[in-house]
Amino acid sequence: MGNSSVIKFTLIMTVIVAFVLALLVSGLKPIHNVNESVYNKKGILSAVSEQLGKDVNALSNQEVQDIFANQITVQALNTEGKIVSDDEISSMTNGLAKTAADVDFALEAKKPEGERLLPLYTFKAKDGKDYNIMYVRGKGLWDEIWGYITLQPDWKTIAGEAFDHKGETPGLGAEIKDNKAWFSQFTGRKLYNEKGDFQSLEIVKGGVKQPDYQVDAISGATITGKGVQEMLQRGLKYYDPYIKSKFSNQMESDTVHQMMNDTIK
Amino acid sequence: MADIIEITEKEPAIAFGKEEKKLLTDPINENNPITVQVLGVCSALAVTTLLNKAIVMGIAVMLVTAFSNLFTSLLRNYIPKQIRMIVQLVIIAFLVTVVELFLKAYNYPIWKELSVFIGLIITNCIVMGRLEAFAMANKPWRSFLDGLGNGFGYAVILVIVAFIRELFGKGSLFNYKIIGPTAEYALNTSQIGWLHWYVPNNLMILAPAAMFVLGVLIWLQRTKYKKLVDIS
Repeated sequence: MGNSSVIKFTLIMTVIVAFVLALLVSGLKPIHNVNESVYNKKGILSAVSEQLGKDVNALSNQEVQDIFANQITVQALNTEGKIVSDDEISSMTNGLAKTAADVDFALEAKKPEGERLLPLYTFKAKDGKDYNIMYVRGKGLWDEIWGYITLQPDWKTIAGEAFDHKGETPGLGAEIKDNKAWFSQFTGRKLYNEKGDFQSLEIVKGGVKQPDYQVDAISGATITGKGVQEMLQRGLKYYDPYIKSKFSNQMESDTVHQMMNDTIK
Repeated sequence: MADIIEITEKEPAIAFGKEEKKLLTDPINENNPITVQVLGVCSALAVTTLLNKAIVMGIAVMLVTAFSNLFTSLLRNYIPKQIRMIVQLVIIAFLVTVVELFLKAYNYPIWKELSVFIGLIITNCIVMGRLEAFAMANKPWRSFLDGLGNGFGYAVILVIVAFIRELFGKGSLFNYKIIGPTAEYALNTSQIGWLHWYVPNNLMILAPAAMFVLGVLIWLQRTKYKKLVDIS
């Protein structure tokens, strides 16, 4: 066969294949987008599955959307711990997002520190309590890892957690997502010591000595474990100024109460 | 002479006789792509940690081998010899992308778990091996059956390996814990679970375990079918 017929064959084939694939990609795009956002939302809900009282993986798409519409609010913080207004959000994301709900926080985590936005999700439980969920992102052994940490209404104790990863080894690093016995260790651990200073968690081998601040490592997943520790120390630190401001509010209201009580006496 | 062959080949386009049946059943055992031809082992190690992953992967490969064989066979008289392999690769890549797009739309969590391994079907030796060895020289219907059979032979081994690995590695099947101390049907009841003393062995989840299981499978198969011993 001559060259011209080879080229003709190649061209026709390429055009047909490209056309069909382009059609499929654009046709299925809306479904892909819904799936992706539901998957991310389920990740967030996993961190409050205890408070929600439901198995998150068994929720339908509609139920996930409903919970997000009715029980979850999201605010964006900057790394100094200030809540960012909608106008600032659109200028910081170059108009990509108009409110905190549309911000792609995974993308934000890759920006330089000062320009970054962090999400703070607030989950309104059925019993009326507010649980705040923080988002952290770091590196495991092979690829990215990320997690959601839920705080008790006192802002000091962990109430729930969920981790996920892009490509950790099944049976080893992937246990951070799959092994409930491991990640549920985080529940009840403290992020602040008695003085009220930020003290993140350590992942230790060979037994936990300070049960409030340490978590037992996964054997065989040393680097993923270190990645989780680093991610928590660095990621949760960004929320520290905001949480501190909550502490001082609490303390102020406490002292006001006391003064009122004193005057009554 | 040539005329006679022409006449004998004139049969209905979609016949299903003895030979067609053999095309489907041969790859399951005597000519299995994994245990006998030892192709596609890489993905057999990677996706067999959970049964549902292995089943979805098996179906995906079945679709790709069947339809790439069909398309290649339809085009076999038009494909320029110089770019034969590239054309085959385009057909395979096209089908794999289609499968991946549909999987992402209709079973997102599994797509997420299989991650790169769906895309890597493109490099699976079974697919291109069948195109070169069969589809380039046979009619579409038979090529289709051959692809289906080989994909099925691959899927069967994947499911067997995944069954053993998930059962002993996690104590579960389809993510439902059935053996070991945390068996789900025995939780919150006074019942003692089946094999309640068994602690799931994490080694079974790691890639080397798939190698051991596969090795034992090949050994068992060859002990039973002596004629396979000297094939490869």
